[in-house]
Amino acid sequence: MFPAKFEYYAPTTVNQAVALLKKHRDAKVLAGGHSLLPTMKLRLAQPPVLVDIGKVKGLAGIKVAKGGATIGALTTHATIAASKDLRKQCPAITEAAALIGDMQVRNRGTIGGSLSHADPAADYPAVMIALGAEMKAVGPKGARTINASHFFKSLMTTALKPSEVLTEVRLPPHQPNSGCAYVKFPNPASRFAVAGVCAWIALDAKGRCAKASIGITGACATATRASKTEAALRGKELNEETIAAAAAQAADGLDCLSDIHASAEYRAHLVTVLTARAIQQAVARAK
Amino acid sequence: MATQIIGSTVKRREDPRLITGAGKYTDNIVLPRMTFMAILRSPHAHARIKKIDASRAQKHPGVLAVYTGEDLKKGGVNPIPVGFVLPDMKTAQHHPLAIDEVHYVGDGMAAVVATDRYTAKDALDLIDVEYETLPVVVDGEKATHAGAPQLHPEAPDNVAYYWKVGAGDADKALTEADGVIKQRIINQRLIPTAMEPRVAIADYQPATGDLTLYTTTQNPHLIRLLMALVLGQPEHKLRVVSQDVGGGFGSKIYLYADEVIACFAAKQLARPVKWTEERTENYKATIHGRDHITDAEVGYKKDGTITALKVKTWANQGAYLSNFAPLIPTFFYGPMLQGVYQISNFFVEVWGTYTNTTPVDAYRGAGRPEAAYLIERAVDWVAFELKMDPAEVRRKNMIPPFTSAPYQTSMVYAYDSGNYPATLEKALKNAGYADLRKKQAELRKQGKYMGIGISTYVEITGAAPAQVAASIGAGVALVESALVRVHPTGKVVVYTGSHAHGQGHETTFAQIVADQLGLSVDDVEIVHGDTERTPWGAGTYGSRSQPVGGAAVYVATQRVIEKGKKFATHMLEAAEADVVFEGGKYFVKGTPSKAITFQEVALEAYTAKKVPADVESGLEAISFFNPSNFTFPNGAHIAVVMVDPDTGKVDLTRYICVDDVGKVINPMIVEGQIHGGIVQGLAQALWEGAVYDDDGQLLSGSMMDYALPIASNLPSFETSRTETPSPVNPLGAKGAGEAGTIGSTPAVANAVMDALKPFGVRHIDMPLTSEKVWRAMQKK
Amino acid sequence: MAQLKLTVNGVIYEADIDPRLLLVHYLRDTLGLTGTNVGCDTSQCGACTVLVDGLAVKSCTMLALQASGSKITTIEGLKQDGVYHPLQQAFWDNHGLQCGYCTSGMIMTAVDFLKHNPHPTEAEIRHAIEGNICRCTGYHNIVKAIKAAATQMADNRPLQRPQGQV
Repeated sequence: MFPAKFEYYAPTTVNQAVALLKKHRDAKVLAGGHSLLPTMKLRLAQPPVLVDIGKVKGLAGIKVAKGGATIGALTTHATIAASKDLRKQCPAITEAAALIGDMQVRNRGTIGGSLSHADPAADYPAVMIALGAEMKAVGPKGARTINASHFFKSLMTTALKPSEVLTEVRLPPHQPNSGCAYVKFPNPASRFAVAGVCAWIALDAKGRCAKASIGITGACATATRASKTEAALRGKELNEETIAAAAAQAADGLDCLSDIHASAEYRAHLVTVLTARAIQQAVARAK
Repeated sequence: MATQIIGSTVKRREDPRLITGAGKYTDNIVLPRMTFMAILRSPHAHARIKKIDASRAQKHPGVLAVYTGEDLKKGGVNPIPVGFVLPDMKTAQHHPLAIDEVHYVGDGMAAVVATDRYTAKDALDLIDVEYETLPVVVDGEKATHAGAPQLHPEAPDNVAYYWKVGAGDADKALTEADGVIKQRIINQRLIPTAMEPRVAIADYQPATGDLTLYTTTQNPHLIRLLMALVLGQPEHKLRVVSQDVGGGFGSKIYLYADEVIACFAAKQLARPVKWTEERTENYKATIHGRDHITDAEVGYKKDGTITALKVKTWANQGAYLSNFAPLIPTFFYGPMLQGVYQISNFFVEVWGTYTNTTPVDAYRGAGRPEAAYLIERAVDWVAFELKMDPAEVRRKNMIPPFTSAPYQTSMVYAYDSGNYPATLEKALKNAGYADLRKKQAELRKQGKYMGIGISTYVEITGAAPAQVAASIGAGVALVESALVRVHPTGKVVVYTGSHAHGQGHETTFAQIVADQLGLSVDDVEIVHGDTERTPWGAGTYGSRSQPVGGAAVYVATQRVIEKGKKFATHMLEAAEADVVFEGGKYFVKGTPSKAITFQEVALEAYTAKKVPADVESGLEAISFFNPSNFTFPNGAHIAVVMVDPDTGKVDLTRYICVDDVGKVINPMIVEGQIHGGIVQGLAQALWEGAVYDDDGQLLSGSMMDYALPIASNLPSFETSRTETPSPVNPLGAKGAGEAGTIGSTPAVANAVMDALKPFGVRHIDMPLTSEKVWRAMQKK
Repeated sequence: MAQLKLTVNGVIYEADIDPRLLLVHYLRDTLGLTGTNVGCDTSQCGACTVLVDGLAVKSCTMLALQASGSKITTIEGLKQDGVYHPLQQAFWDNHGLQCGYCTSGMIMTAVDFLKHNPHPTEAEIRHAIEGNICRCTGYHNIVKAIKAAATQMADNRPLQRPQGQV
């Protein structure tokens, strides 16, 4: 409940933030604080320096255009959950945002903070992977873009370098005849995902599966892709049987976590159930 | 009677301060020169302390002192005693700060006092401790096995006590039964989680020797008595104040080490010392509840009659015996296994055991939920084996109505009053039971699994007849007192030894007085929570406040009326025998038109204008109420659940209950108590459970991992009541604080098992998490 | 130490504070606004909920410095001109509290919620208070109270006292 001492900086530009991070190698970036501060209060994390980017201009907001959507890193979960434009183009992300924590957490927690923290049970990573989102990171050498598939490295670890700040999330443009959905099985205590699955499905002219992209969170140490299910769906007529058969393979090869809330076996089972549900919903939306 | 305030819904008088943020919780108190304490707690479940080096902490800026167990011992601080003693009980020494050995994760080892909270916390990291870790046992049964790690030399095989109770001949009855069900059943450990963590502020005045302890307790007088014994502080120089308390549920009954250390430190430093518990600290350092492992044998006849119950229970008491711990799995558990049924043959054995875990004591229901859960599951096991409707098995075995004389049970207690069949039938009717069963059958055909669970419970409250309590081991008389003081203008202040921490005594006790004296509730002030202002009271727990504390208020008020009659007699110039008091007025029998008001009499009591010298002035009375028996609330609860066959997730869709808590002072408040109770009980069935690993680490150590009930997982409740007044107190009240908790755990567990019937599942242990339910469904 | 400037219940405050000071401790210990409570360390219980620029936020999961430049409303700032906020009144009328410890946070959450959803269903209310744990009431009367306040606020008419109350 009482964080250890730290030095505090509140830059007003991204470049200032990056310069501070370059100077203080053990510094942590503070956005909404809803991932970092809880660990600091329990003294599980004791960063000597905090770089609070909360006052940096231009990092919050959602832009939805034909070329895709961009979401600023400081955009709160509540803002994302309430965005009608975003929901129209990409309901999975508004769904995921609406299921994070609780109302107060959504009011403060930011998408950039959540993604940078890379909690294995966070909701967004499944969506990022399924939608093929890109993360814009700014560092001392300028900006670069990291695809979601390469962003989540391992438990609480991303592809971000210590002196980089995640500034923006970009979602690809909406494709006709495609749909997406996020389905979650919450931990009854923390509300984090015991397992969460996002499915993105594109249909061909005959209503068959042209492409499937499925992201899984909560089940493993890091968010991952249900490759076998994606392959099994491709080109298939989508009905209850084909979806069930494909979803049954969603946990194949996954190294699922085991803890007091769910065994690895149960998590793997949940992944298959949630995958089927997410696909069904995505298909319904694609039609 | 002109007024009918007893039995009416009166809005709570405590609410205006609580809805505006003006509540007087202990952590809100700020005293001049106040310091802050933090406790260094053992990260190991069992270890020898080889060395504690606090030199770095002591040098840290802002640190005033660091204390260890040795410092307290040298300062004359005694171990914390147990307030309930069973024959042959082996009581381990519980030092407020561990000396030589720590016995659970969270055991205090050192205390830092500093100028602010953050610094105190920083300094904890600067204390260096060398440990030699020792083997650990966390399981209450395994602790008794040969070769198990030993906690305390005074308790061989980790057995704190062995206790038994019985009736008839259980073995013979089991041999003669048509069928016997043997089942291991676990009542898991729970973490009470009152929303306000514990807080203690000790303030010592060296010049006068007065020590004041502001603390989050349910029973200031008990704390004062125990603290006097532990600290050696004379009782008349010790004041315990407990103002608004953010929930207790049993967890704030006991004298805790932290309060003792705060008092010790305040005396040493001659400065106020505040200690505020953090939640993750609370989960380790504040008592846990339940934690029974039981082997049960149930004998039954083909027609559903239950003939015998044989029970072996290992009650995990944690690392030390907390103040009331030995009472809970014995007298509040064993005899209550009879439930609402006519069963004659019992044998109940209990081993209270030491383990490397947080101490276990009374948590909402305390012993009775464990008993009700077992017997109510057992009735459903019989129904399962005989393929009978569980309602039918209950009807078959139920004690018939007894409203004019107590019912002597097979073991120990005589139930005060009850009509158990009436509550069951009312609940079945309210639920639309027959239709629910029809719907269930239809849904099953569609592959949907609905479950309907019934529990018909009885519990024991209103502790206690003092002489009975003393004879079974209680260290203090559990009587309650009330001082009713009438001021010259007729305004009344009631000083009660009971304590409210959500129960609304400031409203209901005032209702009792206002009703009798013909006053408005606003004319009556209730004072509680301060040993310097209120007479003795054993405190608020075990649903005892109305049947004992409320009864004391009632009796004292009657005494005030009687005393008032002496003044009225002279004012009316009548014979005392002819004076009556009705509707707030004294008058001569038959001539109410010439009445004098209570206020006029009150004024006379302090002005003595009309009374002669032999009538003593003043108008106040005190009562120490000692009930003639315990009280036995009861009820019938019905839960309806849906189980998702894909994930095993349980959704509670309806909850119907009928409770008999005797006469009710304020129906709104009673209903609120029932609602809250239901949720605490059903949360045990579905979500809550403290989990230790084999090393004694608490894995469910915060709200991140301990699943408390939240609003979105619950429906609204369909509550109603029946009423059989208790004959053991003048209010006819039985107590309502724990009823809901006791009824709901088995109702919901039975509902889930009912849903799983098509899968051939007779029993799985709580909490009935999605995974457990899903696994049970895979076994078909 | 760092400079903090913010507005709490309409009053501007400036202070030089340790950066690690949490907003809830600033409110409670520095300003003495003890109506905002602390019930957990892990951002679950919601007892510490206050409004930051109108949004319900857990003040235990925010540095005081993060609130720099913001307008904070605590439970103490809810009563206007001596009149209870409809939610305060509804909690009282419907016995929406017992020990009262979660009440401040529960009410502050509901204030924000009803701004966004003035006509909520029971399910929506239950979802909205997921981040506020009450151990006493079983939520039944809290849900009832929020519903009653919503009705009153939407109709802008005085609260009806529930039947049978003296």
